[in-house]
Amino acid sequence: MIEVRDVRKSYGDRVVLDGVSLTVETGDVVCLIGSSGSGKSTLLRCLDLLEDVDDGVIEFEGREISDPLVDPREVRQSIGMVFQAYNLFPHLSVLANCTLAPRKVHGRSKAEAEATARELLERFGLGEHVDKHPDRLSGGQQQRAALVRALCTSPRLLLLDEITAALDPELVGDVLAIVRDLAEGGTTMVLATHEMAFARDVATRVCFLDGGRIVESGPPEQVLVAPEQPRTREFLRRVLPG
Amino acid sequence: MSAPEAPGWSPSDRELERRRVRARLSRRRVAAASLATVVVIGGLAAVVLLSPGWPRVRESFFDGFHARESLPAIVDGFWINVKMFLIAEPLILVLGLALAIVRSSRSPWLVPVRGLAVVYTDVVRGVPTLLLVFLFAFGMPALELQGVPDSSFFWATVALVISYSAYVAEVFRSGIESVHPSQVLSAEALALSRGQTMRHVVVPQAVRRVVPPLLNDFVSLQKDTALVASVSIFDALFTARDYANFNFNYTPYVVVACFFVAMTVPLARLCDWLAARVARRERAGVL
Repeated sequence: MIEVRDVRKSYGDRVVLDGVSLTVETGDVVCLIGSSGSGKSTLLRCLDLLEDVDDGVIEFEGREISDPLVDPREVRQSIGMVFQAYNLFPHLSVLANCTLAPRKVHGRSKAEAEATARELLERFGLGEHVDKHPDRLSGGQQQRAALVRALCTSPRLLLLDEITAALDPELVGDVLAIVRDLAEGGTTMVLATHEMAFARDVATRVCFLDGGRIVESGPPEQVLVAPEQPRTREFLRRVLPG
Repeated sequence: MSAPEAPGWSPSDRELERRRVRARLSRRRVAAASLATVVVIGGLAAVVLLSPGWPRVRESFFDGFHARESLPAIVDGFWINVKMFLIAEPLILVLGLALAIVRSSRSPWLVPVRGLAVVYTDVVRGVPTLLLVFLFAFGMPALELQGVPDSSFFWATVALVISYSAYVAEVFRSGIESVHPSQVLSAEALALSRGQTMRHVVVPQAVRRVVPPLLNDFVSLQKDTALVASVSIFDALFTARDYANFNFNYTPYVVVACFFVAMTVPLARLCDWLAARVARRERAGVL
């Protein structure tokens, strides 16, 4: 579904992605792990064309989207993205946040968009909060609302950028339960995460990034349990308890 | 945007091709912009130049001889406008900010001052600036107060300061109120006093936010210094009017207009640049 070849990205003289290659098939759940600054977020932003790559090729459903002639907005219509800091629009109610893109970009009617949004919000336990503004919600509720906002356009690929990093531990579970749900439902996802246990559960593949490179990648039981690379081992020793 | 060439890396053929495409796209944008500019400017120029009255207008508004003749006197007059602006601007900033802080303060001792500040902004903003200039320039000297100057330049400047400080106070106040409550909360959590919170946390953020609307007020002030022509101060406009009435030619008005434009445009660009710099520094890396 998505194919990344030798992608390079630098800010000034700081190289953030240094020849990253990655293939994601339909139904895959790819977890990007690695310390802060290893390039996970940048990679996700490049996939959503929020950043221009400096070199390399990104293909989405067989078409090169890193081509400057491609309209990024058209690509983004099939991709959903959720940010670490939720990025909900504070001046709109939860429902209006969720129906903005379906109505203005995807041309759905108000009634249709609201029906979809209500159903999803209900499913993710936000039924009573639809008319509230984001500031009235807890962090976990906001992040769930942000997930629903991304899902309302029925994206074929979902990018999640450390969506639980700003949440306190007891709220993390609620959000991850949704992601697990989606993963079991066959949603294709690429997510940057610090939740190793979660990655082991839901990932079909785990990629360990370090210094802008994918150092090791493979099924979770291999990368997380029996890593081959010394740097992966060192990283896991630091983040895993015990 | 081309990335700097790092050692050990050279762009692939695909990337070079992409850069060529990007360059072509940006050339196309430049061409479209140029074409649009030519069409719009050319159209406007055609409307003016082909109008039936244009020859007469050119004679009475754009006469080279009269422009040269009136120039020295206008330069002298314009210096008065500049001086007035330079004196008034810092005073307005200080007074405006003081008013805004008083209005946002919670200290019980400042309650009467707060009430006065509210009345001040309400009344002053309601009175046309031209009227304030009249009232101060003619009324204040008539009071024959001891120890204050009675020149109309002084009182006209006071009128401008009073009028504009009311506007600027409201701009500052909206900036102060736009700073998120969580900022005040975290300052209080660090045991800062209310005054320290204002001084070190709220006001610096507020000021940055209101730079563009402040600039707007200052451009407006620069032009409004011409209002003092109405109380017979020999500023640029009064000089031009004097010349125009004597020679039956309006060219000096256009000359004065050019002077004002020349003064306001650099200020506008400076403020754009300042705002962009702050944005770059504070939002680096945030999408």
